[in-house]
Amino acid sequence: MRIHLTVNGTGRTWEVAPGDTLLDVLRREGFAGVKKGCGTGDCGACTVLLNGRAVNACLVLAVKAEGHTVVTIEGVAQGGRLHPVQEAFLEAGAVQCGYCTPGMVLSAVSLLSHNPDPSEAEICEAISGNLCRCTGYVKQIAAIERAAARMRESQ
Amino acid sequence: MNEAPATLIGTAIARPDAVDKVRGEARFVDDLAFPGMLHAAVVRSPHPHARILGIHAEAARSMPGVVVVLTAADVPGENIVHVIVDDQPALAADVVRYIGEPVALVAAETRRAARAAVDAVRVDYEPLPFVASPLAALEPDAPQVAVPSAAEGGNLFNRMVLVKGDVDGTFAVADVVVEGTYETGYQEHAYLETQGMIAVPDGLGAIAIYGSMQCPFYVQNAVAKVLGLPLAKVRVVAAATGGAFGGKEDVPSLLGSLAALLSSATRRPVKLVLDREEDVLTTSKRHPSRVFYRTAARADGTLLAIDVDIVLNAGAYQTLSSAVLWRSLVTAAGPYRVPNVRVVARSVATNTVPNGAFRGFGSPQVIFPHESQIDLVAERLGIDRVEIRRRNVLHSGDRTSTDHLVRDSVGIAETLDRAAELADWTARLERAATYNRASRETKRGVGVACVLYGVGLGGKAPFLDKAGATIKLEPDGSIAVAIGTVEIGQGLTTAVLQVAAEGLGVPIDRIHLSPVDTSRVPDSGPTVASRGTMMSALAVLDAAGRLRERIERVAKAHRIAKREIAQRLPEIARFFWLENFDPAVEGWASTEPVSWDPATGLGDVYPVYAYATHIAEVEVNVDTGEAHVVDYVAVHDSGRILNRVLASGQVEGGVAQGIGFALMETIEEKDGRLIVNGLTTYRLPTIRDVPLAAAVDFVEALFPAGPFGMKGIGEVPVMAAHAAVARAVAHATGRNPTRYPLDPPRIKSLLGEKP
Ligand code: FES
Ligand code: FES
Repeated sequence: MRIHLTVNGTGRTWEVAPGDTLLDVLRREGFAGVKKGCGTGDCGACTVLLNGRAVNACLVLAVKAEGHTVVTIEGVAQGGRLHPVQEAFLEAGAVQCGYCTPGMVLSAVSLLSHNPDPSEAEICEAISGNLCRCTGYVKQIAAIERAAARMRESQ
Repeated sequence: MNEAPATLIGTAIARPDAVDKVRGEARFVDDLAFPGMLHAAVVRSPHPHARILGIHAEAARSMPGVVVVLTAADVPGENIVHVIVDDQPALAADVVRYIGEPVALVAAETRRAARAAVDAVRVDYEPLPFVASPLAALEPDAPQVAVPSAAEGGNLFNRMVLVKGDVDGTFAVADVVVEGTYETGYQEHAYLETQGMIAVPDGLGAIAIYGSMQCPFYVQNAVAKVLGLPLAKVRVVAAATGGAFGGKEDVPSLLGSLAALLSSATRRPVKLVLDREEDVLTTSKRHPSRVFYRTAARADGTLLAIDVDIVLNAGAYQTLSSAVLWRSLVTAAGPYRVPNVRVVARSVATNTVPNGAFRGFGSPQVIFPHESQIDLVAERLGIDRVEIRRRNVLHSGDRTSTDHLVRDSVGIAETLDRAAELADWTARLERAATYNRASRETKRGVGVACVLYGVGLGGKAPFLDKAGATIKLEPDGSIAVAIGTVEIGQGLTTAVLQVAAEGLGVPIDRIHLSPVDTSRVPDSGPTVASRGTMMSALAVLDAAGRLRERIERVAKAHRIAKREIAQRLPEIARFFWLENFDPAVEGWASTEPVSWDPATGLGDVYPVYAYATHIAEVEVNVDTGEAHVVDYVAVHDSGRILNRVLASGQVEGGVAQGIGFALMETIEEKDGRLIVNGLTTYRLPTIRDVPLAAAVDFVEALFPAGPFGMKGIGEVPVMAAHAAVARAVAHATGRNPTRYPLDPPRIKSLLGEKP
């Protein structure tokens, strides 16, 4: 069957099977920044924004994305410019192997778009579904706080 | 090197490799594709031990999209996955020895078609008696698991001893003797990226392997053997690797061999990527252990003797078990002076998945005991736990348990003092006591742990401790560096670039480090044992020094002053090109000599040791049995810290893994079957389980033979963390835990025991 959706600002029409997940289809269509860590909704590596909200793409059937808007990690930087969350991840040293990073960045982008001044507890809540096996999460919190401050300043 | 630009060593420059990663542009193995690429799936044994009577693949072969089905009979070279001892087949031929062992392979046009074909391959088995527990496997009438040529007898893979001084005599006269038997279970690496390999025909009868791995040269050797190819026709390239922690040390040799078999049979690229469930069920883990530990001490707390018996569950094949066991053996005394030592260590074959390397590599299994035991001695004698460690830790001029006289870079005492200071140890103990008097439902406890880690591969495999590098000055003044150890998230790219810039005296942004490709550098050993950065940095420094001399010579000939070199490098590079100077240099590094006598277990077993002291504070809910780490201090001596942000990232991540090991992570095994369902039931620490305000610090006891004085750091944090947490739980509960994980049921049962 055929679905129509907007991915990173561009309208797409894709042929999908009923059982395909949004994760499968995005990766198949070249959005390789969307990572698969488990396929069972446990790790958050496949996080994308669906209509602005962070979801695990491995738990969403592709057909359910019909008519919706998806943002993947490839759509977070605008042109050559990194998003403040991406910049802050670099500066704070929040990236090690980087496999969890796309999902973690999108969870943070989603948080900050709804809540420009989150508390530490709110940050924890927002990325509690994103597993990272390399870091101790400490630098991600610092990065998200830094990005939030920078985004508030530039408002 | 005194005219270097403002020093980069110790500067927290941001990781260059992180840019691709935050953009989602880093290419991990499953992100790669090659024209005509097929997808692989593996037919695996459902039995822990069985004879293969026949394999019926006709139905699978005729399914749509299926290109080939292979069995052991189709292996062109030796049917062996070469790691240390050649007992593990790439594909089981007659007998399967663990659930999940590869029996046949499918390559198909799509992943889905390959998986469907796996279900259509019918294998007839005759189940055999099996044994899953190492102690049962040592019984005389146990089923024979080990391939006989790989065992010392029966299912005993390896037995090693270390004997120093008069152990029995000392125990007979010691003021205090304490003992315990400690057990740890499986720990799954749970790297966020599952394992995967792609094999690609590489022209002229050669093959290239791209994949997620720590040890490209291991993979090169294994693939050459299984295909019967010369090493020169096997090229291995490391893709971006999404975490490894030891799990991608030996397993990629197996998976690379499987992908290579299919590629060689089909003459097409073949991708083999495990899904999470398959990865957790069929790849190596931390060896479950049982350690009996007896300690003798004088009334003033001085440790006098230890008597240790170590049993590791190796699983069905040897893989890395002898090396893991060796580290358990030679570091069983920890960072303490112990004059009389007896350690007997055995690794045992069972019908379970082969266990392998996991960050710490056999040492966490002895650290849990040695840190528990020293606390028990302290308690018996009424000595403070930090104080008793102070009285026993190694200093320069002391001898380790293997009789190694350590002189340089012995920073354990400093880490202990600094950690106690940062934690405000005495006051913290008082605060916990006050808290506990007022609180019934929750109890606070504080634990301290000291560890020693021998950096590198040591006296068991000194021939692996080497590394190469090449540096090439391009005609435009940019610089290409190639090395043989892998970025697995630990920050090696950044640290090596810092060292290259420092060694060459040129700005770091002129230098490019390419991904590891075995055809570019000589065998550089594995990226393990916290050696990857140190060894490649040494090789890079070696090459950089010589290229720098050449550059200075050419500069001088053209009247360019030394201090102008960095800035005018493009001009100089152009002269190299015009005047036909050799712009490429090879660098080489090997470690200082090490020694080990298998008869006594003694020797100068490592070139140097890294050290750490961690202090954890936990809160235990006595009603639910839940333990939570509320505060944390970690102080490391890894010699010079090249980049503090990277180093503290290693520490924070290791602490999280240590908390996981101590409090939550394990896999139950029943009848040889692991009871686990991917990450759904294997619970990893999340952001809610880690101390977010951890204090991390470094004391830098410089290692003269290390690059700028560095040692290694990668593995040390996890080693100290689990023990600090376990001892904090001990303090909070007033009990001596002897089994991991300290999850709610175990803590509740611990609380039910007599204190
Ligand atoms: S891949 Fe979707 S949550 Fe892990
Ligand atoms: S950086 Fe490796 S999983 Fe997060």
